Amino acid sequence: MILWQTLRFAAGGLIANKVRSALTMLGVLIGVASVILLLAVGNGSSQAVKESITSLGTNSLTVSTGSAFGGARSVASGSVKKLTVADAKALASDGDSAAIRSVAPVVTTSTTALYGNISYSPGSVVGTYPAYFETANQKVAHGDYFTDDDVLGSRKVAVLGATTAKQLFDAEDPVGKKIVLGGTPFTVVGVLQAKGGSGFTDPDDVVIAPLPTVQNAFTGFGAVNQILVQASSADTTTAAQSEITRVLLGTHAIADPAKADFRITNQASLLTARESTTKTFTVLLGAVAAISLLVGGIGITNIMLVTVTERTREIGIRKALGAPRAVILGQFLTESTLLSVIGAGLGVAAGIAGSHFSIVGIKPVVIPESVLGAFGIAVAIGLFFGSYPANRAASLRPIDALRHE
Amino acid sequence: MRHVIDKRVPAHPVPVIRISRLTKSYGHGDATVHALRGPSRPGTDEPEGVSLDIEQGDYVAVMGSSGSGKSTLMNILGCLDVPTSGRYLLDGIDVGHLDEQQLSLVRNRKIGFVFQSFNLVPRTTALAQVELPLAYAGVRAAERRRRAMAALSLVGLGERAGHKPNQLSGGQQQRVAVARALVTAPALLLADEPTGNLDSRSTEEVLALIDGLNATGRTVVLITHEDEVARHAKRVLRLVDGQIVSDVRQAPVDGPPPVLSPAGVMA
Repeated sequence: MILWQTLRFAAGGLIANKVRSALTMLGVLIGVASVILLLAVGNGSSQAVKESITSLGTNSLTVSTGSAFGGARSVASGSVKKLTVADAKALASDGDSAAIRSVAPVVTTSTTALYGNISYSPGSVVGTYPAYFETANQKVAHGDYFTDDDVLGSRKVAVLGATTAKQLFDAEDPVGKKIVLGGTPFTVVGVLQAKGGSGFTDPDDVVIAPLPTVQNAFTGFGAVNQILVQASSADTTTAAQSEITRVLLGTHAIADPAKADFRITNQASLLTARESTTKTFTVLLGAVAAISLLVGGIGITNIMLVTVTERTREIGIRKALGAPRAVILGQFLTESTLLSVIGAGLGVAAGIAGSHFSIVGIKPVVIPESVLGAFGIAVAIGLFFGSYPANRAASLRPIDALRHE
Repeated sequence: MRHVIDKRVPAHPVPVIRISRLTKSYGHGDATVHALRGPSRPGTDEPEGVSLDIEQGDYVAVMGSSGSGKSTLMNILGCLDVPTSGRYLLDGIDVGHLDEQQLSLVRNRKIGFVFQSFNLVPRTTALAQVELPLAYAGVRAAERRRRAMAALSLVGLGERAGHKPNQLSGGQQQRVAVARALVTAPALLLADEPTGNLDSRSTEEVLALIDGLNATGRTVVLITHEDEVARHAKRVLRLVDGQIVSDVRQAPVDGPPPVLSPAGVMA
């Protein structure tokens, strides 16, 4: 029999039980939409993490105090030496190091900023060298960076993050204005570009000032919190890492590298680690979605079994009129496949529509393969799960089918 | 179609139906019920089976009370059921040797069914109902439509081709069923109590149609328990407990059906 005829019969069968067909399709729809949407959420969160890490600069390395095997053991052994400006200078002056481009010691503190009668506590106050801006991928949107001269002269100048600038100055132009940080007046020389927040801390809620100025005003001239090192390129980060280890073991007079009292974090390795985490996350979400797709498929089997039972008599009539087995099989298979195709089509539409909204703070990014895959699997499920009821219908003996009440 | 209606009677025509020693039983051992048994073999209780020839152009009424085996016989004749033992030749073909695929072909090409409960496909227009056997036979759409319309006109329902079963009266539904049965020009028309669910006027209409079909040479086997209906047949068989107990010829095979004949033969 002609395909068109079969399709018409199948469509007629579906229309005859509108609510039932719609509910069955809803099962497939939810399955397909959730596969697309959940994978998109996983993908979106993975991309967000990737972006936030690359925005820190992929060729930057962070040196911080503490053992590679956890701080506690080193503290117990009493051998912990804090990182100092001297360490940073040793790294910077290391002549044969082609891998290290620049070094910036960093101290972090927090205090209250005042402008006129406005008081605001920025997320952090950072004291560092100008190299920090490039290494940490912080660009000035308006005004200028502070200079090496400002560092040498311990000048009271500051660069504001976008959030801090907005809080203190609102629409006013902050450049050239004076703010008071913890009792010390600072002149604003620049405002940073907004990086956009991902996660809990806002990277734009910051005040950056020359290192000696911050040390003088707040932290004292002791240890620094971190040393930010920029490798000459993303490929040389490993070389830079071993270079840093060698130099700092020297300055800290440690012979055994296993007992190092500092820790080097590599943005690239952080990126890989985070990526594998989000990948697991995506796979889990996908698995949950796949289960709902399977449940949708079982819904098709269920409803097709009901349909076959209900229409046993009709099958008997058709067989009495000489319908071959293949025609009956084709008719019910077409019906179940039609259910899954329409359901999957609507599911794709729903999934793509849903991905335009951000879900729990994550902007979903649809993976094209997931759309094709989910659609294909749904259609295959329709064929697979429809084949059992269809087979049952086709192998009914005509006399039994006709006598069915 | 190969079945050219031949008005001349050949010297030894192949019977449309030839069954020999046919039995049908349900259950096993002591609980065995013989729906079709025929006479017992001499000296035993074993059924010998029913044997019967029906010639081309005949009009046979099979009568009997319920449980007499007439429906079982009809289902076997229609290739809807298989006999327990015995041979069944339909138009010279041994149906017992056919597989499911070939049986569906036989049902499609050689047999037209009319059932007591009409058995129309629900939610389908009269035209589509009548087209159905042609569709299964692989006839092209335009040809199918033409032939289905012709069949519907023949039963007087040309105007109602677009109506669905629930928009038709019982008599009209049965006439659609008759149109569906004759549209493939089958060798054999099987009617299982075709008037059982109809009022007397519709009964007359449907029987007139069947008489007309027989008058044009179609072989008809009709199952009934009403004498009024059996009056239309050329030959009347009575079944009791799976056996043929009487076989009465009311009119010659090659003549018109008794009701249409000028003499108006009464049983």
